[in-house]
Amino acid sequence: MTDWPILSVVTFLPLVGALFILVVRGDDEVSARNARWVALWTTLVTFVVSLLLLPGFDPAAPGFQFVEKKAWLGDLAAYHMGVDGISLPFVILTTFLMPFCILASWESVHKRVKEYMIAFLVLETLMIGTFSALDLVLFYFFFEGGLIPMFLIIGVWGGQRRVYAAFKFFLYTLAGSVLMMLAIMAMYWQSGTTDVPTLLAHGFPSGMQIWLWLAFFASFAVKMPMWPVHTWLPDAHVEAPTAGSVILAGVMLKMGGYGFLRYSLPMFPEASHYFAPLVFTLSVVAIIYTSLVALVQEDIKKLIAYSSIAHMGFVTMGIFAMNEQGLQGAMFLMISHGFVSAALFLCVGVIYDRLHTREIAAYGGLVHRMPLYATVLMVFTMANVGLPGTSGFIGEFLTMLAAFERNTWVAFFAATGVILSAGYALWLYLRVVFGPLEKEKLKTMMDLSPREMVIMVPLVILTVLFGIWPAPILNMTSHAVNAVVARTDSVAGAVKTALLLSF
Amino acid sequence: MYQAIVFFPLLGFLIAGFFGRTIGARASEVVTTSLLFIACFLAWIAFFSVGFGDHDTRVHVMQWIHVGDLKVDWAFRVDTMTVIMLIVVTTVSSLVHLYSIGYMHEDPSRPRFFAYLSLFTFAMLMLVTADNLLQLFFGWEGVGLASYLLIGFWYEKPSANAAAMKAFVVNRVGDFGFMLGIFAIFVMTGSIAFEEVFAAAPSLAGKTIPFLGHHWDAPTVIALLLFVGAMGKSAQFLLHTWLPDAMEGPTPVSALIHAATMVTAGVFMVARMSPIFELSQTALNVVMLIGATTAMFAATVALVQNDIKKVIAYSTCSQLGYMFVAMGAGAYSIGVFHLVTHACFKALLFLCAGSVINAMHHEQDMRNMGGLAKKIPFTYVMMLIGTLAITGFPFLAGYYSKDAIIESAWASKNYFALYGWVMTVAAAALTSFYSWRLIFLTFHGHPHDHHHYEAAHESPKVMTIPLGVLGVGSVIAGFALYNVFVGEGVHDFFRHSIFMGAENHILHEIHEIPLWAKYLPTLMMVLGFVIAYWFYIVDRTVPAALAKSQDALYQFLLNKWYFDELYDRIFVKPALWIGRLLWKRGDGTIIDGFGPNGVSARVLDVTRGVVRLQTGYLYHYAFVMLIGVAAFITWFMFAGV
Repeated sequence: MTDWPILSVVTFLPLVGALFILVVRGDDEVSARNARWVALWTTLVTFVVSLLLLPGFDPAAPGFQFVEKKAWLGDLAAYHMGVDGISLPFVILTTFLMPFCILASWESVHKRVKEYMIAFLVLETLMIGTFSALDLVLFYFFFEGGLIPMFLIIGVWGGQRRVYAAFKFFLYTLAGSVLMMLAIMAMYWQSGTTDVPTLLAHGFPSGMQIWLWLAFFASFAVKMPMWPVHTWLPDAHVEAPTAGSVILAGVMLKMGGYGFLRYSLPMFPEASHYFAPLVFTLSVVAIIYTSLVALVQEDIKKLIAYSSIAHMGFVTMGIFAMNEQGLQGAMFLMISHGFVSAALFLCVGVIYDRLHTREIAAYGGLVHRMPLYATVLMVFTMANVGLPGTSGFIGEFLTMLAAFERNTWVAFFAATGVILSAGYALWLYLRVVFGPLEKEKLKTMMDLSPREMVIMVPLVILTVLFGIWPAPILNMTSHAVNAVVARTDSVAGAVKTALLLSF
Repeated sequence: MYQAIVFFPLLGFLIAGFFGRTIGARASEVVTTSLLFIACFLAWIAFFSVGFGDHDTRVHVMQWIHVGDLKVDWAFRVDTMTVIMLIVVTTVSSLVHLYSIGYMHEDPSRPRFFAYLSLFTFAMLMLVTADNLLQLFFGWEGVGLASYLLIGFWYEKPSANAAAMKAFVVNRVGDFGFMLGIFAIFVMTGSIAFEEVFAAAPSLAGKTIPFLGHHWDAPTVIALLLFVGAMGKSAQFLLHTWLPDAMEGPTPVSALIHAATMVTAGVFMVARMSPIFELSQTALNVVMLIGATTAMFAATVALVQNDIKKVIAYSTCSQLGYMFVAMGAGAYSIGVFHLVTHACFKALLFLCAGSVINAMHHEQDMRNMGGLAKKIPFTYVMMLIGTLAITGFPFLAGYYSKDAIIESAWASKNYFALYGWVMTVAAAALTSFYSWRLIFLTFHGHPHDHHHYEAAHESPKVMTIPLGVLGVGSVIAGFALYNVFVGEGVHDFFRHSIFMGAENHILHEIHEIPLWAKYLPTLMMVLGFVIAYWFYIVDRTVPAALAKSQDALYQFLLNKWYFDELYDRIFVKPALWIGRLLWKRGDGTIIDGFGPNGVSARVLDVTRGVVRLQTGYLYHYAFVMLIGVAAFITWFMFAGV
């Protein structure tokens, strides 16, 4: 392995960039331009450095890699970082999406550009930290810390009802995380450590697992978000600036799924088995409920936000199927949704920048003026619908297959999401892109600019590439995921006996 | 060679799709069309080498999804079923490409059109060469996408867009079943690769599968779930509503996708999965029931339609029903036989209709046509051949395949065998009637629109040559292939590509049916012709009078049994209503009302006026964090760590 702390570099490089922007004086156009360029270069370099993790990473090795451990808060917590096959894809996803966010904000953000870029760079550090922290306190610090910049991004640079949305986002997430903090305290009290690798092997008493699981669930379920604690997401997305939506849908939602995979399943396996039916129920309700709600949305962003919730329903369903296909499928779906939903929000941003409305009814017939845009949006729409050959299909298929092995009802109801997603996604496409070009304002719309093409083309390529060749991601995750499956399987027998005895 | 057959159309799609604007419309046409002709030529070589030379093979392309026990590769399974489909798809597709050069010559978006056509062909080839169920599903959805794009090709027409979306969504209902079927197969056999599934199939007999709270017979559940998929793609009764609307697309598309190839994917899939279907008589009963019902239902609707393409569309629907009747009877090779002959004569009929529409300047209503035989004689002759073939005129293509299906229904041991036989025989009369009605209304009698009639002209060579080729096919395909699809040669020809159980002797039993039953379909054809001749040549007042006297029935048929209205009432409207209810009441009133809005209203009361809003939130957040930290420290002090 390398001898320089590459993981810390990746994590804190954005912070360095943020500091750099901070020292730039002035509030005029020049300093704004400088801030943009610094932010872009910082995120690009961070992405390149994060790619250096790949050659050194051995997917087959057990445990964590690139581990760094330093004393931090005495014996309470240590600065312990490391990645495995579950966290590394998320780290790369984060660093990959950030340059797009900066680019997407290039022309649409004029107010307090410096602060805006700083907020994003700080957010990047916190997100990468969340995925690579190997100490519960450190994790909590990053996990919760991410709220602040996101809260500011929505609250300061958001749309009309940004204050309401920011507040809702904040309240929901805080409510969940307070419980998680209590659980972390309890875990420390019981086991004497907050070190994640140690806790993964610890094995909490069954009764305690139930409470711990519920406390963590409260936090992760809000982040996912799962039904019925999802209502913050549509509002947050609608009000957030484009780049904020991209990060929210692309990365922050995945923290919930990551939390389930990293903490809930391996640390509380018995409780996970115990609560799996509950999660199945909530997932299936989420898929059908939010798909139906998505059908009738009048706001493009809200529609995509609701479809995100439905997709996250597939993720939770796959995770709690607790078999290889389920976990791999959930991982794949999260990564794929990470860039597909990001791309969809970027697409909305493109037309929002031109017309300054997100109302579906304001559009129609865009294909006449914007053929390139229509093509790009078609690819992402199809990925959202889960068409085979796009990355969206693989995760959906695997999670449903996994659920079918556990419970056919779950798979049956989840599969109705396949019909409904086609309904809302294609109907949206039809109303926005197809039809005659009649509205006066639309007749002067310009097709994608070179800057927008630079944003879209890599995402299109990835969407198709991972659809026909998903091996890079699947191979990266498979061993880490199998370890989790093995861990949950080892207690499955015990749980079954306990259940039988209770009858 | 197989890679070339499959990937040349993809190459054509990529070239025309990405560089169509740069290289121009003519170059796009030439590139896609010539690539297709090469693929077609290679496909015919493959057909003879595999069909008659026993060169079955498997071509591995690359790994796709490997997760645990689930191992799915991109690979081609080349056997007789595959090569039959290969020649059907590539031949019709290359002819349609050629024809489209003429038909679409005024359209400004030709590169896009040819790109879509090639994309469709590629997806269809992936479907028929699939080595596993998931790759089949890839092709299945790929053709769905191409169909969606091509139906909505003229995107400024709202009706075309609506039809495209309807096609996709209704097909997804079928896919819903198909996917569950794939899951069930994986759970029961541990694989979704055909080779392993078929090897494990015999052991499924008598096994049960837990599905939706009960233990059911495994082969039955699997077969029925797969059949739901087939019903969607092949527009069978209940899931047929998208096919007539799909006629909004350009006519060459209707010929290629909605007549000859894509819609037969369901039939192909059932034949491919015959090792599973053979294990479940219940499933075969359902297949026969649905097939026979579709054959009859679609034929009744076709009787009264006025749009020339709608008549042929319902006719397609009806003929697909015939194919499923053969499947239900266990006579898979006969069903595939009809698939092949039908591809010839139905593509011919559609392309002729296109030629008529072209001559009439995009007029599709038959009531405005008439007397065109003199104006476009070549199209007339070709359409006559197509009509003779579909109605089962002796020694033409349909005569062999359709009659074999009716005979197989008679000889079958299916629970619905009698129903299937009665329906297919009756539908044969209706087929003959509506087909001749189309001919008489369009080509005979007096012209109704003199302006268009005078300007009508025969189509250019690029359009008439494909007609000629398909015309020849419609004449000879029947007797040329009868032996290997129905007669003695079946087993040597198909070998392992279809499976017939030890009890299944249907191919022998169809030769032992009574003589009157054998000649009944031909009699029905004559009957249909006579009535059509009387209605539309001898006395044109009869049909109008009949429609008036039986107005309720006429309206019922004209409105396609009111399926669209019914589905709108019981699926579309309620879904939107529930969506709105969940959104406004569920999310709005209940979740938000009791959750964040209630709480935030209280908090806002406190913070408002104390500090300005923007910074207020930041401080507020810091404040709460502070409380958290304080609680943390307090706790540690008391816990005495």
